[in-house]
Amino acid sequence: MPPGWLLFVYHLIKHIKEGEVNTAFSAVIMLMISFPDITFEAGKYVDDLVSFLADNLEALFDFIFFVTSRSISGLTDFLMIIPWWLFIIIIFLLGWYFKSFFSGILYGIFIFLIGTFGLWEEMMITISIILTAVIICLIIGIPLGVAMAFNKWVSMILRPILDAMQTMPSFVYLIPAIFFFGLGNVSAIFATLIYSLPPVIRLTDLAIRGVDKEVVESAHSFGSSRWQTLTKVQLPQALPTIMAGVNQTTMMALAMVVIASMVGASGLGEQVLVSINRIDIALGFEAGISIVFLAIIIDRITNGIAEKVQRRGGNQ
Amino acid sequence: MTVQIQVKNVSKIFGSKPKSAIPLIKKGLSKEEILKKTNHTVGVYDATFDINKGEVFVIMGLSGSGKSTLIRCFNLLNKPTDGSILLDGQDITKCSRDELKKVRQEKIAMVFQHFGLFSHRTILANVEYGLEIRNVPKEKRREIAQQNIETVGLKGYEDKYPDELSGGMQQRVGLARALTNNPDILLMDEPFSALDPLIRREMQLELLDIQERLQKTIIFITHDVNEAFRIGDRVAVMKDGHVEQVGTPEEIIANPANEYISDFIKDIDRSKVFQASHIMTKPNALVSSKDGLNVAIKEMRENGISSVFVVDRSRRIQGIVTIDDAIQGIKEKKSLSDVIREDITIVNEEEYINDLIPKALESSFPLAVVNEDNKLVGYILRVHVLSGLTSDDVNESEEYVY
Repeated sequence: MPPGWLLFVYHLIKHIKEGEVNTAFSAVIMLMISFPDITFEAGKYVDDLVSFLADNLEALFDFIFFVTSRSISGLTDFLMIIPWWLFIIIIFLLGWYFKSFFSGILYGIFIFLIGTFGLWEEMMITISIILTAVIICLIIGIPLGVAMAFNKWVSMILRPILDAMQTMPSFVYLIPAIFFFGLGNVSAIFATLIYSLPPVIRLTDLAIRGVDKEVVESAHSFGSSRWQTLTKVQLPQALPTIMAGVNQTTMMALAMVVIASMVGASGLGEQVLVSINRIDIALGFEAGISIVFLAIIIDRITNGIAEKVQRRGGNQ
Repeated sequence: MTVQIQVKNVSKIFGSKPKSAIPLIKKGLSKEEILKKTNHTVGVYDATFDINKGEVFVIMGLSGSGKSTLIRCFNLLNKPTDGSILLDGQDITKCSRDELKKVRQEKIAMVFQHFGLFSHRTILANVEYGLEIRNVPKEKRREIAQQNIETVGLKGYEDKYPDELSGGMQQRVGLARALTNNPDILLMDEPFSALDPLIRREMQLELLDIQERLQKTIIFITHDVNEAFRIGDRVAVMKDGHVEQVGTPEEIIANPANEYISDFIKDIDRSKVFQASHIMTKPNALVSSKDGLNVAIKEMRENGISSVFVVDRSRRIQGIVTIDDAIQGIKEKKSLSDVIREDITIVNEEEYINDLIPKALESSFPLAVVNEDNKLVGYILRVHVLSGLTSDDVNESEEYVY
């Protein structure tokens, strides 16, 4: 069966040949008014690709699943071992060191409040999901950012992909995530990765290219190899900006917490989801404000680290 | 004097296909014509000159003249599009990557206009960077770095960070870092331009001082004529990528190759470039201390002068005899040594005119010019000290220079 538009052209030519110009004319008018019967099922190809990958790379996905789920549960177990008062003290000390004494106390109170909501364990699970996601982001993102800064081809290819990753609605990549890793925390990490990877790649790229030209020249002028220039000069010089990327990536990972709970991630996001289903205003508020508290603490502390790094980064 | 660096027909072209513009350069087309025809910018246009071992070679030009492009060719931060650069006979434009690394690590170091310091490292860590990447053991590189920090007068600042130091001090760090590699050649790309005038003057003197001790070959870039002529043994003037003239400061001032250069050097402070030897007059009348007063009077009469220098057998200056004193002396039957006046001003032939001015004002006789061995080599009439400062009279005073 030839596609619709081909039939249309065939009939059009036939009508004109047979002198039925009026019929041909009205057919053209019709074509201008409504979209022609042309279909390109892009989604189907992506669907095929995803099923193909899921079928053929099963071992790989199982491996990723195993490693990721193990690290999340290990991290959660570790965080749960820490006594609640010690955890609050650690948060206080971090806040004190990277921000101020007052901030430290405030962050301690925040954590204490989350505990009083009865969401201590959920908080720990959320923290470990975010930490795992961020660590994977850095492991993948920083080398990619460096590659982008050094090679314009890599940059040309990655740029539109990063744009797509950031603008594609985040619910959409929950679907292939389920295909690959089933319901649970690993799928949540996968979806979180796609959403929060771009900032660290972009800012690493920007940071490396933004290092003062004369400083890089001076590293070269002493006969540094490319690796020495990168590790001893460019990365340390770029560190403050890279840390800004880490901060953004962390915040975006936190923003994904609720959405990720749709594919079965536990933690605070799950509580929000539950409260929506039950129309439970009280739980919704408690879980929601807990996420806000975590966001404030993580943002301020990573920001504080970035500011400290500005000064002492890469020093031996 | 041995030649250390030979620059042979070096051209540097920026654009998508730099090599394609080389034939046009060989044909002698101008920078503008090449830009119009091929959309390529000529940074350096067929430069050829030699640099001697141990000299301060200054490349001078306005911004955009290609001087920074040229200096970056010496350590291949810019690879010349055409031509060759020979360092001690080795053509560095044909070096492999490893050979180039070795040359940069051992032979040649660079000081940058905006210092190019590593802001994340302490002063000590900055200075030892060059040794660190050569894998010199920590103890040893610390020691060498420490020495160089002391050479540039920054002892006590080792653990500070660059942004805690003033501009002048930061550039000292840049200099110490370059010296730590113990290179034969120092490239300095407008190192003092970002500093204020007082500090700049101080750094220039210090550089000359360090140069005297360490005897490096220094290639120095500047847009400041006074700086160029003050510190340069030889100066190359660049314009639009062309090297217009190479010579000693005196040669360039006395014989500017073209109008551009004479315009360029118009407002130079001549009193700081010209030395006593350039404006002095060779004495054609001299009296030995053993001669009598009659000889002195005869010499003065024959040469139409009113006073004459007295020297001993090895031409060392003894004093001066004026015509009045001589005639008076003959009447009173005195000898030459009785009427000789010793309150004359003696200057070294290498003193700058700038320093001669106060002496000329104080003295009541012509200035006696002596060389290193204290031998009289010439004299300067007081009026010549002042007239030497204006450009027209310099050329005129050429006649006096022997």
